[in-house]
Amino acid sequence: MSARAIWKGVLVAGKERVPVKLYSAVADRSVHFRLLHRTDKAPVRQVLVNPGTGKPVPYADSLRAWQADDGRRVLLTDDDLATVNPDKSRDIELLSALPLGAIDHRWYDRPYYLGPDGDDRSDLDALATALERDNREGLARWVMRDKEYLGALRVHEGHPMLVTLRHREQVVSQTALSAPGGAALDRRELDMSKQLIGMLETHFDPGEYQDEYRQRVMDLIDTKRRGGKVRKAPPKRRRASSDLTRALEASLKQR
Amino acid sequence: MAKKKRGGPAGPRPFWSGTLAFGLVSLPVGLFPAHRSKPVSLHMVDEKGTRLARRYVCSKDGKPLEWDQLIRGYPVEKDRFVTVTDKELDALAPEKSQEIDLKRFVPVEELDPMRFERAYFLTPEKGATKAYRLLARAMETTGRAGVATFVMRGKEYLVALLSQGGILRAETLRFEDELRTPADVGLGDPGSPATAAVKRFQSALKPLRAERLDEAALEDRESQRLIKLARRKLKAGENVLGKKRKRGARKTGSGAPSSPPDLLETLKRSLKEGLEPQEPAPGKKSASKKTASKKTARKKTARGKTAGKEAALSEESREALYRRAQARDLPGRSRMSKQELVDALSE
Repeated sequence: MSARAIWKGVLVAGKERVPVKLYSAVADRSVHFRLLHRTDKAPVRQVLVNPGTGKPVPYADSLRAWQADDGRRVLLTDDDLATVNPDKSRDIELLSALPLGAIDHRWYDRPYYLGPDGDDRSDLDALATALERDNREGLARWVMRDKEYLGALRVHEGHPMLVTLRHREQVVSQTALSAPGGAALDRRELDMSKQLIGMLETHFDPGEYQDEYRQRVMDLIDTKRRGGKVRKAPPKRRRASSDLTRALEASLKQR
Repeated sequence: MAKKKRGGPAGPRPFWSGTLAFGLVSLPVGLFPAHRSKPVSLHMVDEKGTRLARRYVCSKDGKPLEWDQLIRGYPVEKDRFVTVTDKELDALAPEKSQEIDLKRFVPVEELDPMRFERAYFLTPEKGATKAYRLLARAMETTGRAGVATFVMRGKEYLVALLSQGGILRAETLRFEDELRTPADVGLGDPGSPATAAVKRFQSALKPLRAERLDEAALEDRESQRLIKLARRKLKAGENVLGKKRKRGARKTGSGAPSSPPDLLETLKRSLKEGLEPQEPAPGKKSASKKTASKKTARKKTARGKTAGKEAALSEESREALYRRAQARDLPGRSRMSKQELVDALSE
């Protein structure tokens, strides 16, 4: 079954313009619970209230305000908020072409496939091939539903893809942090650690990992639905290894 | 509710705490978010400028409800739910909710960016610093990432553990079935493009080449415009509500409420000195006492919990928050920004 495109735009790389459609590359598999009133098991709703009087306020009557550090609030009207919105456009503008790996993992947010807007995918294929030959990923900017996005233009199994990026303000800088320090590391322990990593080394095979917990949650729901009994064991925690050398030696022997 | 229970008292506590297992070496760590929410968030107010609060009400009797009057339910039929408690959820994976067992190490470059979801910094608990440094060094010199699955706050995660500059970072990855393939979305097979067309795109890309990511391009320009506009109105006295807070009053507000300002401080300190050991708190539930003398204490707990919950929620994508909002029938949700959803869901 094919999915519906979430947006249409035009990818702009210099003089080249490629009409594209965006498709989410993420499938939601979470188990969604609802919040219920404990006693009568009825679903709950949320309402806005004035906390002083406890009186409900219809959502349509609520306003938006920005709070200054001194506690004062500035009311922002719909017109105000509209002026802040970026200019509407269908263009996905390619800003730069970066070597693969130039973007730290922490920036990546959500992936979207790019498909052709129409039947002809020859330009998309050419773009994907060009990126792959150059070993580059693009940095792109576009406005989708009144919101500005930045994304990495990458290639996945021959298909161009945009992975949205987080804003600079949303990534905690690692340069502000210092690594834990201490006495020089024990050479033997370090060697054993590397050896242990070597023994556990393999290629990344995503199919090897399954979300088993999700299935257990569904099984739990099923059991309870049929009136079965369920286990409630409190989890226990392991203590820190006090003798590193001995723990490492034992780990190496075990394999 | 799991999130509330673990929210804890004031001050940033780890998002998750547990044990990193490397062979037979156990290394107790805390996870702190490596992301923060948007730099600006707006409050919902009435026409007089009073900040509005969100309350749960029962859809049947319309009565306002507190957190401890709520329970999770999974819809099985129309208007019929199977209720599930936090204890039951915790008991489903007792080991995995306490431990990240690094059973595999893979080359870092084999991890596809489309899998990356969120990142967390790991800090050692007191007494575990040496093992932490050892693992960080060994991983960095071998260029390997540890891969494991573990359970955090009622969800299983596939996680890659990376080491950079002596600091360990956990990055959650999407499971294989959480990603669609090109065929899933109906995309045809890529053809082999004409050489001339490839050349055309290569020359279009050439002038755009840059060797480093210009982080300035990633600034949140919308939030910057919003703050600028609000400050201009404040200066001009336009639509300004309320009075200046007295000197010495606690500062809150214009910053990101869900990323406590001292997160960075806590991170720095716990990387340096090690984290105070974190106790798992299964089944610990603060019963709300109705006596007047307990009122202030109760308020404080509630605020701490809200902060914890907020931090947890702000880790989720807007889509995920929207679905939660949908599940709760939250009014006006489709028009809400991510931050508004976080505020709404955490109250």
